[in-house]
Amino acid sequence: MDEALDEALVKDHKPAWKGGDQPYEASYGKLMMWFFLITDTLTFSAFLAAYGFSRFKYPEVWPVPEDVFTHFPFLQGEHPLLFVALMTFILIMSSVTMVLAVNYGHKMEKNKVILWLSLTIVGGCLFLGSQAWEWGHFIHGDRGGIETKNEYVVHVAEGEKLSSVYELMDIDKYSDDSSLKYFGLEDLTSEMQEGFDQQNINTLIEQLKVKPSFNIRKANKQFLTNEESIKYLNKNATKVIVGANLYENEYGHRLFADYFYFITGFHGFHVFSGVVLLIVILINVIKGTYERRGHYEMVEKVGLYWHFVDLVWVFVFTFFYLV
Amino acid sequence: MGAEKKGNWWIWRVFWILLFVTAFEVVLGILKVNEKLPEFLVYDTFLGLAWLTHIFIILTIFKAAYIVMTFMHLGDEKVTLKWTILLPAFILVPYLLFILLNEAVYTYLKI
Repeated sequence: MDEALDEALVKDHKPAWKGGDQPYEASYGKLMMWFFLITDTLTFSAFLAAYGFSRFKYPEVWPVPEDVFTHFPFLQGEHPLLFVALMTFILIMSSVTMVLAVNYGHKMEKNKVILWLSLTIVGGCLFLGSQAWEWGHFIHGDRGGIETKNEYVVHVAEGEKLSSVYELMDIDKYSDDSSLKYFGLEDLTSEMQEGFDQQNINTLIEQLKVKPSFNIRKANKQFLTNEESIKYLNKNATKVIVGANLYENEYGHRLFADYFYFITGFHGFHVFSGVVLLIVILINVIKGTYERRGHYEMVEKVGLYWHFVDLVWVFVFTFFYLV
Repeated sequence: MGAEKKGNWWIWRVFWILLFVTAFEVVLGILKVNEKLPEFLVYDTFLGLAWLTHIFIILTIFKAAYIVMTFMHLGDEKVTLKWTILLPAFILVPYLLFILLNEAVYTYLKI
């Protein structure tokens, strides 16, 4: 099977760098894929470096990822980092199935290639679905936040433990219309009257007076007592934020949500295009294109792209969720 | 691992390594937020980053090396190809990071 590959790479045995044909002994397609991966590495490094720069410009008030990403599908309660760990596991598994597909491709075992390539596609789709769920939950919001005059976001706490705006206002967080109930709205069109923000703040402060066990955690992670919280909110609070968009988010600094959407979105776009490429190659494998060609190098090249996607996720996972 | 590649055992070996390192990182992250880690790891800094952050970065590079060398087969390619790909990454990425994060202090200055 390697003879067919050798024939595909015409070998000229002059010394490398003296005009010999194949100093790398790799095909044009593989070299070009590596070249593209290097450029993509630099792109993602630039994004992550920019994130590092912004994040360390606001070290005290930047959200703590273990406080933000505590959700898990179908489960209530707080499970910090567990869902992200699951997503990492899914992607690593899909990388493993990809290597197995490439391995069986070298041995020209078409059926095994189809099996493992299909499993890789399933893993990729699972990851995309998980990321979509994560985005949806991020946009919907978890605890709610209160914006203050210098554009910091503070959070509701109970003693030294983070609580949520919903707990303070006695609303069930997991009900479907929890945001509407919080704001006392009939539906999504009945908002944005004059003084809407101030009214929400007033309601919240009144509730704080009635429930002395609740207090505020400031943006710099310092907890205030109940009385200090009431004074602080009266002086500084501007509005209650629930959920997240590109302009404001309930977790902290505006840039946090911006970077989250951009970096995970850019990575998710790579995963999506990877899945599309995998499907195209799978169709070709089923049709027998590579059997006729005599080698499964295309599977290997797509595998390189897929491993790159996994590699980027490993770095995004570290720098966004752990550091 | 590279020389005698018969079978798939080496793939699963790397999988378990990646899995355990990731699990270890997640456990460290959870312990950090529950404040069950020794204080010097989280609060003492070296070159501007907490020691725990250095641990995360080293473990991540360790995982990345395994993925690139074994899954992407770069360890099995000709040495010239391997270094053609790795050297620019090793030089350019730290260089750009160094410039960006070092010179960024100007954003704190008010003109």
